[in-house]
Amino acid sequence: MYEHNTSEQLGETLPMTTTISFSLNGDKISYEIKDHWTLLHLLREEMGLIGTKEGCGNGECGACTVIVDKLAVNSCLYLAIEADGTTIETIEGLASTDGTLHPLQQSFVDNGGIQCGFCSPGMIMSSKALLDENPDANREEIQHALAGNICRCTGYIPIFESVEAAKKMGGQNE
Amino acid sequence: MSNTKREFSVVGKRIPKLDAAQKAMGRAAYIQDIKLPQMLYGKILYSKYASANIIKIDTSKARALPGVHAVLTGEDVPEKMKMGFIKDNPPIKKGKVSCFRDEVAAVAAISPEIAKKALDLIEVEYEELEGIFDPERAMEKDSPLVHDHLKSNVLKMPWDIHYGDVEKAEKESAFVVEDRFTTTWVTHCCMGTSGAVALFDASENLTIYTNTQIPSLAQKDFLEALKAMGLKNKRVRVIKPTIGGGFGSKLDTYAYEHIAILLAYACRKPVKMVFDRVEEFKATSTRQPTIIYIKQGCDKTGKLTFRDMRMVLDNGGHTSWGATTPSVMLMPISSLYTVKNVKYTAKCVYTNNTYSQAMRGYGNPQATFAIESSIDMLAEKAGIDRIEFRKINKNHAGEETPQGLKITSCGLAECIESVEKELDFKDKSEKGVGTGIASLIHVGGGARIYGSDGCGAILKMDDYGKVDIFTGGTDMGQGLDNITAQIVAEELGLLAEDINVVHSDTDICPWDVGAHASRSTFVAGNAALGAAKKVKKKIQDFASKLFETPAEEIELKDKMVFVTGNPEKNMPIGKLLRKAHFSPGGNMLMAEHFYDPDNQNMGKELKGNMSMTYSFGAHGAKVKVDEETGKVEVLEYVAAHDVGRAINPLLLEGQVYGGVVMGLGYALTEEVTVANGEIMNANFRDYKLFTAKDAVKIKAPVIETDDKDGPFGAKGIGEPGCVPTAPAIANAIYNAVGVRIKDLPITPEKILAALKEKNG
Ligand code: FES
Ligand code: FES
Repeated sequence: MYEHNTSEQLGETLPMTTTISFSLNGDKISYEIKDHWTLLHLLREEMGLIGTKEGCGNGECGACTVIVDKLAVNSCLYLAIEADGTTIETIEGLASTDGTLHPLQQSFVDNGGIQCGFCSPGMIMSSKALLDENPDANREEIQHALAGNICRCTGYIPIFESVEAAKKMGGQNE
Repeated sequence: MSNTKREFSVVGKRIPKLDAAQKAMGRAAYIQDIKLPQMLYGKILYSKYASANIIKIDTSKARALPGVHAVLTGEDVPEKMKMGFIKDNPPIKKGKVSCFRDEVAAVAAISPEIAKKALDLIEVEYEELEGIFDPERAMEKDSPLVHDHLKSNVLKMPWDIHYGDVEKAEKESAFVVEDRFTTTWVTHCCMGTSGAVALFDASENLTIYTNTQIPSLAQKDFLEALKAMGLKNKRVRVIKPTIGGGFGSKLDTYAYEHIAILLAYACRKPVKMVFDRVEEFKATSTRQPTIIYIKQGCDKTGKLTFRDMRMVLDNGGHTSWGATTPSVMLMPISSLYTVKNVKYTAKCVYTNNTYSQAMRGYGNPQATFAIESSIDMLAEKAGIDRIEFRKINKNHAGEETPQGLKITSCGLAECIESVEKELDFKDKSEKGVGTGIASLIHVGGGARIYGSDGCGAILKMDDYGKVDIFTGGTDMGQGLDNITAQIVAEELGLLAEDINVVHSDTDICPWDVGAHASRSTFVAGNAALGAAKKVKKKIQDFASKLFETPAEEIELKDKMVFVTGNPEKNMPIGKLLRKAHFSPGGNMLMAEHFYDPDNQNMGKELKGNMSMTYSFGAHGAKVKVDEETGKVEVLEYVAAHDVGRAINPLLLEGQVYGGVVMGLGYALTEEVTVANGEIMNANFRDYKLFTAKDAVKIKAPVIETDDKDGPFGAKGIGEPGCVPTAPAIANAIYNAVGVRIKDLPITPEKILAALKEKNG
């Protein structure tokens, strides 16, 4: 709750602010951001979308994966200012408003793709970007698409099985 | 009563993890996600040297920074506030630092950025001292001392054991092998980093949200901390939010938790401390590195005659629970395969390196790496097939091992057979392809390392047949929530979804010693089962009056109560509960149960049945070694485990797959590289975890031996998956290209060097 005042209180030169507009999980958003914020910071710390996780803050683990204009990106490396004019999907936007899980979410649940769950939002978003683009992705393509998402719990096998099961459920479309 | 023939309705079902949907939606709150009103952010300043005297600390500039609420140094830490297994480690050091991760100051500020800036403004003057980084060198008389008040770097610990007569057995052996193995630092890499949020209420009672595997013991530690701070007779509430992985990393209380408490008290505001990834690598504890000397022998028929092992463990700069791993190592050393004569010494040695903690397997992977590599060497020397050799020496039910472990159920032979069935050990068709096998024993029925090995459970039912069970056990992703729900549902004739499992809050949940030693399914499972049995009895008693039938003839199934052999006499459980609650005199359907297994604390002689039962397993690997590059590809992997009973095969497979892949990292890629005490690869680019691209095909056959003491026959399976992985791989590499790598991890460089030496 104090973060907004940080720089002012430090008596430093104010960082630049910019107002950006983007689509977030289907909503039109306009937000005043500081230019140095990452998209991850904007989503988690400013907007309270805690579903996107920070595992490393350095582009090494994929926990922070969101979809920007159909591409899976590491939001910890992506500057918020670059999000201007884009369409962003986060884990919070996947389930229907009636609470029905997206096929990928459901198949991760059903197939043991989730243990501690810290990697799961990122895994699911990377998988979604893949299936949206390539609904018939084979095992190798799945492995390739998830190569940047680390999971310490599952040994990956249940995750691959989850993505494959979602494919059958029609994971590419809601 | 044997469960073998019993039909189960809920036990044995692949029920998805109860909190998975919440996690899939991004709604589960981890420590990173907790924000409280007026919350401040804490940060820690670490030592710049592996070994140094702190001459002076000037915090004035940091204090003057707007937004900073508190700056603490070692001087601000109460004298009696100490952490670790022998309580010798203050959360902020003063006087001397003995490793790079030593805390020298901490700040609380209104934002993480300001807190970080404040750290930069703290001026510390050090006098660098000569460090000592090689434990064998640290054992020498003229080595510098890590802790001046101690006369030696070697910890006073009891491991010097001799069962039977090793000297005599060696003389009588037909074949003997002897070698030296080493294992290095690896770290848990929980995807959610460490953290805590501490706050005091108006009466100075503490609430702490923290990533812990030991809520009850943490509560005790924090009460001690408050006492040291002069806060007597206060209350401590420990709440563990959802955590991003445990793997043993959260079995102690840590500096960041104590510092969060000190800062929260100094500011009278909530203080949040969350590690970044670099800090997670540098300031959390590792698996113990070991130097292992092993000698084993057998007679002409291949029967093991003796095992003689000597270990040196790098204890690092301070003593955490890592120093107790030799006790767990003793288990495979004394009891993996039947061997009567066993000698074992272990020394933990202070160095100026990082210090270790529990990590999945707790010493067992290190010991098993040496034992199972050496078993292969011995089999070869004796001219006996490696699988046959293991069968000759297999453990069996009814055996009491030299350490006093009582093997009640044992599926080791079946595990070996199932690996043999799944993997073609004879296949030498392709150049560079080879197979390896290794077995394991692990505690499967609790482990009495404290005075108690107990866990409590409280169970209550509502008017509609739904259950709330409050367990002392801790779910950290492994699935104790499901195990508890499935056990209770089975006993009460309900569905898993009828059971709400409440855990990890000391204000609500009963006591437990923690999620360690693969004990939760067995111990917390038995606690839940005990409570369910008591409530079932109450239901039966009440129904017996209602139906005018003996209580023994009342059955609970499919959410119904009915009379055996007379099923038309029935009633939905919910209706019966309402009748019970609303009847004159009242009947409350609630019970508590404390389960403390009848296992033994190892006494001074280090003998005793530390667990009620033991889990067994055998792993087989097929690898391909590229002789040009030294690269190892794991083509197939089979991990067979005797789990007593699979309460939930879906989660069980998850434990095995996850364990195996962690074990493969241990075998092949993972290593915290340390140069003169400093960690050089504190990121996921340089610390090589297995990724989705490296994923391996794993088969996980399950052997059910229906343990007589396990809940519905189950034994623990949290750790075994990563225990025999490294030796299975090392043995496969040897089988493939004829070089035996004795130092983990088995990198391409080591293989190439060994090939070069072999081929001249
Ligand atoms: S947090 Fe962005 S890649 Fe790890
Ligand atoms: S489920 Fe824990 S990191 Fe993937």
